[in-house]
Amino acid sequence: MVLIADGTALGKMPQAMLRFIRLRLLQSILALFVIITATFFLLRFVPGGPFTAEKAVPPEILRNLEAHYGLNQPLHRQYFSYLGSLVRGDLGPSFKYSNRTVNEILAEKLPVSLELGLWSLMVALSLGLTLGIVAALRRNTWADYLASAIGMIGLSAPSFVIGPLCVLAFAIHAGWFNASGWYFPSDRVLPSLVLGLAYAAPISRLARSGMLEVLNQDYIRTARAKGASELRIVMRHTLRGGLLPVVSYLGPAIAGILTGSFVIETIFQIPGLGREFVTSAFDRDYTLVLGTVILYATLLMGLNLAADVAQVWMNPKLRLE
Amino acid sequence: MSPKIPPSMAGQEPVEPGRPPMLDAWLRLRRNRLAVFGGLTLLIVVAICVVGPWLSPYAYEEQNLAATYGKPDWRHWLGTDQLGRDLLIRVLLGGRISLAVGLSATVVALTIGIVYGAVAGFAGGLLDAAMMRMVDILYALPFTLFVILLMVFFGRNIILLFVAIGAVEWLTMARIVRGQVMSVKRLEYVEAARVLGYGRRRILFRHILPNILGPIIVYATLTVPSVMLIEAFLSFLGLGVQPPMSSWGILIKEGAASMEEYPWLLIFPGTLFTLTLFSLNFLGDGLRDALDVRSSKD
Repeated sequence: MVLIADGTALGKMPQAMLRFIRLRLLQSILALFVIITATFFLLRFVPGGPFTAEKAVPPEILRNLEAHYGLNQPLHRQYFSYLGSLVRGDLGPSFKYSNRTVNEILAEKLPVSLELGLWSLMVALSLGLTLGIVAALRRNTWADYLASAIGMIGLSAPSFVIGPLCVLAFAIHAGWFNASGWYFPSDRVLPSLVLGLAYAAPISRLARSGMLEVLNQDYIRTARAKGASELRIVMRHTLRGGLLPVVSYLGPAIAGILTGSFVIETIFQIPGLGREFVTSAFDRDYTLVLGTVILYATLLMGLNLAADVAQVWMNPKLRLE
Repeated sequence: MSPKIPPSMAGQEPVEPGRPPMLDAWLRLRRNRLAVFGGLTLLIVVAICVVGPWLSPYAYEEQNLAATYGKPDWRHWLGTDQLGRDLLIRVLLGGRISLAVGLSATVVALTIGIVYGAVAGFAGGLLDAAMMRMVDILYALPFTLFVILLMVFFGRNIILLFVAIGAVEWLTMARIVRGQVMSVKRLEYVEAARVLGYGRRRILFRHILPNILGPIIVYATLTVPSVMLIEAFLSFLGLGVQPPMSSWGILIKEGAASMEEYPWLLIFPGTLFTLTLFSLNFLGDGLRDALDVRSSKD
């Protein structure tokens, strides 16, 4: 990772920070543009169109349909008109759901996926941090081994195995939850647990090694020598430095949770963005696919940026680089 | 960058003079019980997946509609599926496919990653900055979406699956190799090679790369399970390997669909898949300790 290259003095910190953010923002916009362009042309060059999947449409009607959606225009014209409306925030009409715009569909599906993601992130963070911190403080005790066992399970047992097994055990046999759907508050529990568990594992590992590294530092020994209580040492002196690796992992973790929801939404039949994306790809619903990709990419890059900023903010060493 | 202590000096006990570092690492690995367990389990799984299908009296696509959803018995050790196919042969053959995808996509990722990372790290300067900035940008892309799109649009063939997965996984490899090359290229023996007038390519491939094999091996071992996860993920969504062909992802998908009445259809392939991932991860962790690789990704 390259940060601000000049040795900014401590007093000018906010400005250096701003420059860093500006640089990354520029990079993200460039990447977003590449993504939009690549996806747009990929969609146009693949065999089959949105109207070929249906029962044979008479050629005249096909021509009308294509004219209606502007598919008969030259490719570059389509591309620029898409970019034009995109700047105005308009993602165009869906090819598959007549009379619905992509904006409407996304506005309906996104909150569901976001809620699932948020709950899962909370599961991952609370479980992962607790396990990791306890494992580091009680090194080589049963708590440490339990944490690493759970970590290994989260790392090796994929959500599409754990998910159905959880449904089998807790929904079908125990009857505590519904096997699928997204109607009641209790419907949130199983999907969030399954999705969150996968990310609790790496978080606990990172937290453990980060904490251990800091706990070995001289200044912790100094704090101990000065008679600081164990709680104070952890809260005041260790957490901030020890959890840095976790913060830098948050960007990828959030990205993983967002795409991980594809499988979870399929298993639990949750009407979210992930399931919609796979369906729209099968349907060749160009505008919907493109809109979903743009939305995901923007989300991912925004969150990555936020994670990087948090990391720089928490780690004075990086600020000076 | 401080010079790296060779692995043979990092262990606690005194080193016998002349013991090659790789042998040293091997001895350390053998003492790690979890890693040995992982390695042995992996060997067994690979062996039965490779040999098993030849010994089975059934074919993987052989249907028997009179005996659907059969419970495990002495004729079908793991029972039969919704079309009366023998589950054992499908699990073993699926294992072959999943392992093959894991290995080949890792090789793809490894090759691209090593060459890219080594060139960037060795060249340094502007070229390095440009190459790594590109990796940064690619890292931010929602690759899963692209893999899904590729698989939907270009028929779901298995070669494309290797390429798509390999194309996602090479990024981390490139970063690791670059970091390693940068720390090694300042060492004296590289200087010596330069003084001897060796060409850059020879120095890079003959002198630098062999000395960073440790991290490469470790990371490759850890890439295989994550590649197998992607394959299973795609197959689970119906985008990877296609029925009647078998893979662990497909079997888990099919098993999940009928788990209420016939849980063994999910449990057998799910367990074997998880066991394999466990073994690979244990082995990778053990190798990391044995080869004394610090887990840094940037």
